[in-house]
Amino acid sequence: MKHIAIGVLGAAAFGFAASAASAATLDDVKAKGFIQCGVSTGLAGFSAPDDKGEWQGIDADFCRAVAAAVFGDGTKVKFTPLSAKERFTALQSGEIDILSRNTTWTINRDTALGLNFIGTTYYDGQGFMINAKKLPGVNSALQLSGAAVCVQSGTTTELNLADYFKSNKMEYNPVVFEKLEEVNAAYDAGRCDVYTTDQSGLYGIRLTLGAPADHVVLPEIISKEPLGPAVRQGDDQWYHIVKWTYFALLDAEELGITKANVDEMKNSDSPEIKRVLGQEADTKIGTDLGVSNDWVVNIVKAVGNYGEMFERNVGSGSPLKIARGINALWTKGGLQYAPPIR
Amino acid sequence: MQEHDMSWVRTEMALAQPAPSSERGLTAWIRKNLIATTGDAILTIVGIALVAMILPQIINWAFINAQWTGPDRSVCATVAQGGIQPDGWTGACWAFVNAKFGQFMFGTYPIEERWRPIVVAILFVALLVPLLIPRVPRKGLNAILLFLVLPVVAFVLLVGGIFGLPHVETSRWGGLLVTLSLSFVGIAVSLPIGIVLALGRRSNMPIVKLLCVIFIETVRGIPLITVLFFASVMLPLFLPAGVSFDKFLRALIGVSLFAAAYMAEVVRGGLQAIPKGQYEGADSLGLSYWQKMGLVVMPQALKLVIPGIVNTFIGMFKDTSLVIVISMFDLLGIVKQNFSDANWATPQTARSGLVFAAFIFWLFCFGMSRYSMYTERRLDTGHKR
Amino acid sequence: MASQEVLREGPSRGSLINDPRVRGIFFQALVLVLLVAGVWWVTHNVIVNLTRLHIASGFGFLKGRAGFDISESAIAYSSDSTYFRAILVGFINTVIVAVVGIITASIIGFIVGIGRLSRNWLIRKICTVYVEVFRNIPPLLVIFFWYSGVLAVLPPPRESINLPFGSFLNQRGFYFPRAVWGEGSWLILVALLLGIAMAWFVARKARQRQMATGQPFPVLWTSIALIVGLPLLAYALSGFPLSFEFPKQSTFNLVGGFQVRPEFLSLYLALSCYTAAFIAEIVRAGIRGVSTGQTEAAAALGLRSGSILRLVVVPQAMRIVIPPLTSQYLNLTKNSSLAIAIGYPDLTATAGTVLNQTGQAVEGVVIMMAVYLALSLITSAIMNVVNARMALVER
Repeated sequence: MKHIAIGVLGAAAFGFAASAASAATLDDVKAKGFIQCGVSTGLAGFSAPDDKGEWQGIDADFCRAVAAAVFGDGTKVKFTPLSAKERFTALQSGEIDILSRNTTWTINRDTALGLNFIGTTYYDGQGFMINAKKLPGVNSALQLSGAAVCVQSGTTTELNLADYFKSNKMEYNPVVFEKLEEVNAAYDAGRCDVYTTDQSGLYGIRLTLGAPADHVVLPEIISKEPLGPAVRQGDDQWYHIVKWTYFALLDAEELGITKANVDEMKNSDSPEIKRVLGQEADTKIGTDLGVSNDWVVNIVKAVGNYGEMFERNVGSGSPLKIARGINALWTKGGLQYAPPIR
Repeated sequence: MQEHDMSWVRTEMALAQPAPSSERGLTAWIRKNLIATTGDAILTIVGIALVAMILPQIINWAFINAQWTGPDRSVCATVAQGGIQPDGWTGACWAFVNAKFGQFMFGTYPIEERWRPIVVAILFVALLVPLLIPRVPRKGLNAILLFLVLPVVAFVLLVGGIFGLPHVETSRWGGLLVTLSLSFVGIAVSLPIGIVLALGRRSNMPIVKLLCVIFIETVRGIPLITVLFFASVMLPLFLPAGVSFDKFLRALIGVSLFAAAYMAEVVRGGLQAIPKGQYEGADSLGLSYWQKMGLVVMPQALKLVIPGIVNTFIGMFKDTSLVIVISMFDLLGIVKQNFSDANWATPQTARSGLVFAAFIFWLFCFGMSRYSMYTERRLDTGHKR
Repeated sequence: MASQEVLREGPSRGSLINDPRVRGIFFQALVLVLLVAGVWWVTHNVIVNLTRLHIASGFGFLKGRAGFDISESAIAYSSDSTYFRAILVGFINTVIVAVVGIITASIIGFIVGIGRLSRNWLIRKICTVYVEVFRNIPPLLVIFFWYSGVLAVLPPPRESINLPFGSFLNQRGFYFPRAVWGEGSWLILVALLLGIAMAWFVARKARQRQMATGQPFPVLWTSIALIVGLPLLAYALSGFPLSFEFPKQSTFNLVGGFQVRPEFLSLYLALSCYTAAFIAEIVRAGIRGVSTGQTEAAAALGLRSGSILRLVVVPQAMRIVIPPLTSQYLNLTKNSSLAIAIGYPDLTATAGTVLNQTGQAVEGVVIMMAVYLALSLITSAIMNVVNARMALVER
């Protein structure tokens, strides 16, 4: 009894306890004035705190885009760093409103875990990295039989790894850690020969190693890793807002709307651009979604379009220097394709 | 006859002779303490060899070869590793600790707001020190200020959101700030809960007793990590949809309940040591249960178990380092997180960071245990037979 | 008596509120109602949450295919095994590290504890420094320290340190030859069991004889001869069936032989060192708890110092030592869950992975708690039996 009393007292005193939510996440988010966004504990390019403690990366920017759509202000978002183990319960329990944490979209997670993935913000695949200086002559994953492999536990990576080695009838020695930093440290210290995770991650991790130039990423991609944000099941409105924020980012890129030219674009002659930017007379696109009509303008002003977001965080504008590849727009031979806003 | 005998009784003390020279001075001390027997001599030689092997290396590493300041990894890396040190150099990289000191203390607490935890720390020390020195008067007022007023003030200052202070969410707390606030609140909460549980376990009411026994034994039987998992993974599912606790608060609940179970057993030990006559005496005076416990039994029992209580505190202080497994960054967590900073990645970084964290933990724990020994001696009013 | 009866029936005591028994019953009923309500509330919430979020529940998932590999496993395990088997592997790993750790921690602890009471100043100080250092830093830090220390000091696999008997030491761990039992090796096992049984029998007889006649018998040497000699004899008789598989260099690692991984090594060393500091203090307190009169009386009887320690001091000290020692053993077992931080696949780690792959948090945590609780209860039960045998038999 005393515990309950103290718990309640503590909860009341600490003030940050109860965020009583109903099914309508949007009302809830509006009431508290910010979006709680679940991110990783630190993966360069996706979500990692900079020196000032500000979260940077594609996943963090995506949450800012949703905040911009809802509030017209991309800063109204708070980040919760989550380990792989905690991420799903954090979303299920309502602790966070969006899980934007380089999470692979699988059927199991959609059906058995009570999540709804809104799309694929980054098409990835699992790859391998080795220290070429210590292992000269290894240039394919098929030569890795007998190697010690560092991997993060509780991820699809761990499962794909087991499948890949099994189907190729190779032996390996798993070295499994709970946290990304621990995997990095163990690999850097030479505890294992091979590091496996999503290829984008490998490029980011390589930068943090003692001698980045010694390490090469092998060409094989052994799995599909569509990484995307997820929301809770059972709230279609919120699902749509998050999903269409993603589409708006893509459509903005396709139409050439950028952070720099978004204000000029409002006066564009193109009816499509006018429609997307909410400049059509009597438009109800935004309000039907549950946000203001100039939501796309707000999104692009906050984080730019998808292409800008990509280049800034993982592409040429970042230390990672990852090529667009399959993450280019469908018009440029990639997989990123958004339904039209109309 | 008696008179005759009297002359044989000395009337004054003989002058004390100095101890024989073989029992005095350094040589005697060495002989007694180092080479009393052949076995002893061998042990001494082994011991000296051990010390001679380890100590110079430690001193070399930690002081002589150590790098105290520097802008980035180059000062702590050898030429081959891309730094400025000669090959084969090993030494502590205190420059890393130096550069990250702010983070180690406050985590990612906004830099312009860091005066707030500093003020809290100063208040804490200012209230704690007089409480620890027995001669300083007004202990009651002091304790009220420390355990009731300070938490409120600290809460307002640290969390903010009112009086024009910007709100700082707990996910930005880190480092020593988290370690200390977790342990302080844990200590303040677990002691009263522990006392209630201990009384419950010795209660005459079977249901209350059973519940207390089940709680205490269950919690004592499982590792803190599972309790923290419970708090971080399972607790959210126990609450109605949408109600969620802050992660910091959940860790706090986990740590406090865990410590409370251990505290209960310590207090129970004290209660058992109080003679039955004390209970009966209090009863015969017509005191109620709470008066009896509060005025007669508890003051004696708690005094008896001060070492046990402090040991539990020390255990809890050390246990706060486990919050790392639910991705909170206490002192150890934040030190470890900074190992992955590419600016400082050298072979010496991890070791230096861990030694620094170990030193801070050691300082607090050692201080606590020494203070407990001092109190024990001071309060030792003759209960021992 | 009579006056009390009168008092109880008197009007001043009439109110039910003041009757301690009634109040007790009322209070207990209140607690019970609150508890039942709380449990109901929590269960209700869990059920509502799980159905609302379409999360699967129940323990059926244990039969599913695990799909992930585990680095260290004492029983046959592959990614095709079930989740249940994965958890079982973790459980066995926990038991292994706990048992080995307890043994080592006890040995170090006893040595350091006796060292703290040594007449030798230097040894005393070294032991004190050891205890004060390890007692006052968190076990997690000790583990990290060993792990980063082990990895930093040891060479990569291609530059392995060669040790005697075909053993190697490198960053991937400690490799030593694995014994391959050939045909007829069961004879050795039988001989070993026979040797142990005979040694026990000899010890019993010798004790009886000493009680009856006062004649001592060299039990220790006879036992060693029996336990080592008989299997050796059997080994020779059955035609040397034992061969060794030596670790060999391959592309990445050493293959063959028996490998002790650095994760296990550092967890084991850290837990042993950390717990040993506490055991040392317990041992010291235990020995100091035996009054000097006992030692002096034994010396007056003409016992030698070794016999004094063995026959007089230690048996009495053990009575003081065993209860706190039990809780240290339990602590070590529980602290082995810190393995998760350095990737040793113990129960917490594998159950955590299962929890994460299946998303069934409630079941996962329940399994973890139940297993640790059972382990703790079993350990304390065993130690209680030991304690009962050691306890003072008062006439």
